Amino acid sequence: MTTPRAVEPAVGVTATTSPATTKPSFLRRRGGRHGKSAAYAMVAPATILLFLFLVVPVLLAVGLSFTNARLISPNPPRFVGLDNFIRAFTADPTFVRSLINTFLFAVVVVPVQAGLGLLMAILVNQKLRGTTFFRIVYFIPVVTSIVVVSILWRFMYQPDGMVNSFIDTITFGAWESIAWLNNPSTALPAIIVMSIWQAVGFHMIIWLSGLQTIPEELYEAARMDGADAWQQFKSVTWPGLRPTMIFILVTITIAALGLFVQIDVMTQGGPVDSTTTLVYHAVRRGYREQQTGYGAAISLIFFILVLLVATIQRYLTRDKD
Amino acid sequence: MAGKKSLDMRAAKRRRTILLYIPMTLLAITFMFPLIFMFVSSLKPDAQILADVDSINAFLPVGDISFANYGGVFERVPFARFLFNSVFVTVLIVGLGLLVNSMAGFALSRMEWSGRKLVLSLIIATLIVPFETIAVPMVYWVSKLPTLVWENGILKYDIGWLNSYEVMIVPFIANAFSIFLFTQNFSTIPPSIDEAARIDGAGWFTIYARIIVPLSGPVFATVAILTFLPAWNAYLWPLMVVQQESLRPVMVGMQYFFQLNTAWGEVMAYTSLITLPVLIMFLVFQRAFVSSIAASGVKG
Repeated sequence: MTTPRAVEPAVGVTATTSPATTKPSFLRRRGGRHGKSAAYAMVAPATILLFLFLVVPVLLAVGLSFTNARLISPNPPRFVGLDNFIRAFTADPTFVRSLINTFLFAVVVVPVQAGLGLLMAILVNQKLRGTTFFRIVYFIPVVTSIVVVSILWRFMYQPDGMVNSFIDTITFGAWESIAWLNNPSTALPAIIVMSIWQAVGFHMIIWLSGLQTIPEELYEAARMDGADAWQQFKSVTWPGLRPTMIFILVTITIAALGLFVQIDVMTQGGPVDSTTTLVYHAVRRGYREQQTGYGAAISLIFFILVLLVATIQRYLTRDKD
Repeated sequence: MAGKKSLDMRAAKRRRTILLYIPMTLLAITFMFPLIFMFVSSLKPDAQILADVDSINAFLPVGDISFANYGGVFERVPFARFLFNSVFVTVLIVGLGLLVNSMAGFALSRMEWSGRKLVLSLIIATLIVPFETIAVPMVYWVSKLPTLVWENGILKYDIGWLNSYEVMIVPFIANAFSIFLFTQNFSTIPPSIDEAARIDGAGWFTIYARIIVPLSGPVFATVAILTFLPAWNAYLWPLMVVQQESLRPVMVGMQYFFQLNTAWGEVMAYTSLITLPVLIMFLVFQRAFVSSIAASGVKG
């Protein structure tokens, strides 16, 4: 229960869900049929709902991406082969821009958020007074809605907002105010900083639970061997955190690839497409412009990226386990 | 000699303690200041919010303090209605989710039936699908689903779930991760309990409701917290499927409110109103919140 071994739930399942009913044969005979129909009745609601609202939409995403389906249209969808995918990569520069932005966002957010989260976890894992208080404070942005956070930071990023006035103060007035979100070269970095601020507490907690699974005796043994703090980190902490690290990298990557709300509230993809992302573009084309087929194709490309990340994760965990 | 050494060590320890508190405090300020600014600004007139930005006053409730902005929110938009919508949708998603997913977890962990392993692995496999992937095709899908509507006292058959409560609730009741957590937790309860109850003539549903559920408080709390946050914060989905103002949840309502006027004082009052309840709940149940999040990462 306590070792963070499984990075993806699938790994943990086999170990923990042993068939619970190894009852004597006379019971199995008597209760068998009754138990069977009861089991189906209990599992049916969840399975039917998952089928209708998860499996069917996934199949639709695949199916519709090869059609010209529109959200509201008198004509039935027509099969168009790979047209949507060809259009995305050759005739829709905003899509290519979205792909690049999503990639840039992930490349910065993943290592920074993971690293900062680890640093914070190590800080609040010290045996000091008040660490519980600090944990709670660092976690507060996580329970704050990302819509609220985006609106707040939009104010702070204004030319006369707090970010500019703070930089102005620490540089003793040498700073020229920037309209962070209206400038194509600063808009995405501004959203990156805010996103890390909002989510890093979440990963701190996961790092922390990983840290707490490392037995204290290992540190004692290392200290007996005369290891200093850095050596202890290198030879005890870091190896013990490997499974946690893979889990964290994968969850941050998948969340980063799905970037949407911040963009919708703060910049609507602008200025000049500098903050448009895959999911934002899928919603714009597939929903706002009602091109369901094309939107489904973009969603599918996003999904393939996620599957790729998950496959790499699988490979990495099998490697060591 | 020994005394001096221990004094040195104590000094070193104190130095180390201070060295740790400095970054921790700076981080705490970084994480707190936007929210303090939000609550404080919600009490100030717009002109003062902008004037205070340059000074420490931005974080202090000083000057012309009042609840006028809060009154403004209720005047300009049907905020009470938005709040009701969000609470209603969230309560049903969490409540029905606890029931449906725990029953599935029970059947998957404590009963023997053919197909059990297959169903479990299929459910686990769906965990890899992020909602953003299916959002666009799902709008198309729910717009084609049959429904019954109450019109002038008659129940009428209709097509399309857009603009309804059910479209915000039903797709999010079943949750593969909740089922996974229930399955895993229920399987740690010894099966001999079920056998004893069976011998006493108890049916499976009785065992579920009277024995397993009462024994599993913590996992119910974990699942409730993990499903509460996304349901309350839902944005992308209601943005697409609900256009009617009377059905709008708070998050989407806020985005509209924000777009139609940038009176910052009222915007801050709105954001404070929807942040405070969650924040209070978090502070009261922080232990349960934090262990739920940890549970979402630590499995096996």
